[in-house]
Amino acid sequence: MENLLEVKDLKTYFYTEDGVVPAVDGVDFELKPGQTLGIVGESGCGKSVTSLSILRLVPNPPGRIVEGEILFEGKDLVQATESEMQHIRGNDIAMIFQEPMTSLNPVFTIGKQIMEAIMLHQNLDKNAAREKCIEMLKLVGIPRAEQAIDEYPHQFSGGMRQRAMIAMALSCNPKLLIADEPTTALDVTIQAQIIELMKDLKDKLNTAIILITHDLGVVAEMCEHVIVMYAGKVVEEADILELYTDPKHPYTVGLMKSKPSLDDNRDRLEVIPGAVPNPLDMPEGCTFHPRCPHAMDICREKQPHLINNEEGRKVRCWLYEKEGEVK
Amino acid sequence: MATVTSNNINSDNRARSSKVESPWKVMLKRLRRNKLAIVGLVVLIIMAVAAIFAPFLTDFGRDETNLARSNAAPDAEYRLGADSLGRDIYTRLLYGARISLTVGFVATGLRIFIGVVLGGVAGYYGKTVDNIIMRIADIVSCLPFLPMAITFVAIRGPSIYNVMLVLAILGWPGIARIVRAEILSLREREFMEAATALGISDFKKITSHLIPNTMASIIVSATTGIADAILTESTLSFLGLGVAPPTPTWGNMLTDANNQFVLQHRWWQWVPPGLVIFIAVLSLNLLGDGLRDALDPRLKQ
Repeated sequence: MENLLEVKDLKTYFYTEDGVVPAVDGVDFELKPGQTLGIVGESGCGKSVTSLSILRLVPNPPGRIVEGEILFEGKDLVQATESEMQHIRGNDIAMIFQEPMTSLNPVFTIGKQIMEAIMLHQNLDKNAAREKCIEMLKLVGIPRAEQAIDEYPHQFSGGMRQRAMIAMALSCNPKLLIADEPTTALDVTIQAQIIELMKDLKDKLNTAIILITHDLGVVAEMCEHVIVMYAGKVVEEADILELYTDPKHPYTVGLMKSKPSLDDNRDRLEVIPGAVPNPLDMPEGCTFHPRCPHAMDICREKQPHLINNEEGRKVRCWLYEKEGEVK
Repeated sequence: MATVTSNNINSDNRARSSKVESPWKVMLKRLRRNKLAIVGLVVLIIMAVAAIFAPFLTDFGRDETNLARSNAAPDAEYRLGADSLGRDIYTRLLYGARISLTVGFVATGLRIFIGVVLGGVAGYYGKTVDNIIMRIADIVSCLPFLPMAITFVAIRGPSIYNVMLVLAILGWPGIARIVRAEILSLREREFMEAATALGISDFKKITSHLIPNTMASIIVSATTGIADAILTESTLSFLGLGVAPPTPTWGNMLTDANNQFVLQHRWWQWVPPGLVIFIAVLSLNLLGDGLRDALDPRLKQ
């Protein structure tokens, strides 16, 4: 199958007063139509910046895509003009944001905001757009859609707003949906509903999804393929089952261990010692070595490569290069 | 469908308001509770109606003179007396309201238009564009108002249009600053990022997302702005630089009373226009205060 999206060696740097921050530093991944990809990592590891880069929404200045290609259906979005991007945004690639409470314009009705996108991208007139809008609201499970369309965001609860955001994002049948921590701001019961809804819609509409999260449970629930990011780099890439049964990179192993589980009765969760390095002062060699339990001499000196084996399993660690376990 | 079960849970979470209340309805509801603002609004409506239907409210023509009865005190024929040319003061007050209110509204409308466009562009694009526009605004607001207005009207000739124009040209920086400041903070909000992610163009983002969000402060500043414009028109007309006689405005009616003798002995020539200006401006300010409170989100109940 053709790849829908190919990100090649993407580098997005922020030029701040204190120096250059490599928020995304050489990220590669690809996505097939209808596939769901999870991007996991700690806060500040560059997952959100990666997604914003795809839509070219990185605030410039200070941010800039300095290198790399983002091929969407063969077209390089890094080189696209602003007006080409305006056509792609919302139409081919849509995005759901983390904060449903603030992502809707408070002075307009829900319907008006959804209809705006529909009318813009699908050349429908007002009545047709309204019908389509009601249909979308029903699809995302908003009760009394005919009335809800004329309500204002403050009359919606958090879960309802996130549903409305999803309706807005999917209203133009995008080929790719980027969901940037869509459940983080919601309480747990609503989280489960939103995840269910997204899975459900994915099957119905065959939309490819990039799900950005730090919640390993959400990833397990939704994704087929996962990439783990650390300090702007991909450290591991695997299919979901392999990643959970056999995490390779010490960072991934640490993440798995620090996840609470119902089955065991530990008093304290294991933690990964230390914190994400200061992006202005990255450690030499492997960026994870100060926190890594297996750090060796070579880790302090040289950057490991992303080692690729045949099954699409990738890991960036000296452990495996030396032992030749994954080649 | 997996979502069906979740619907029921969710419908309980939401506020049970069967009727949709738009922000405007909420504002009107709150405004209605403010007695003074309503008084102001009613007075203004009465004035506007009186101005529109002036010919039906008086037996005299606007410029109809009767020299035999010049400077007549109020009596059965001239309800508010007559001026030095024997024109009915009451009639001229009605017609004067047309000019004064029109100048107030049109000049403020023009001022808001310029202010919103420039403030919106400055706030949205920032950087160089912002710098250029706001420095021009600084320069304009540094200009002393009366000398500039007098020079402008002196060059272009006294007329109602020039008064409106000069009010707008010298008055826009205030509105532009308000709009810019609001947009500077609004454009960083997440719903603007969401709008960008939907592929909405800059123009649409400014006109249909940002400016409606600044409406509350624009309305408040417009209401008090109209009062200012009416006062300034009176000042200019009083100085003979506003609307040319014989067209009456509240301001140039006061000009006629511009000497000691009239002030002491013919109160009916200056008290009525002065009082009307005072009442109009007071009403506008009361309404403006009321709107400010009604549109203040912190007072949500």
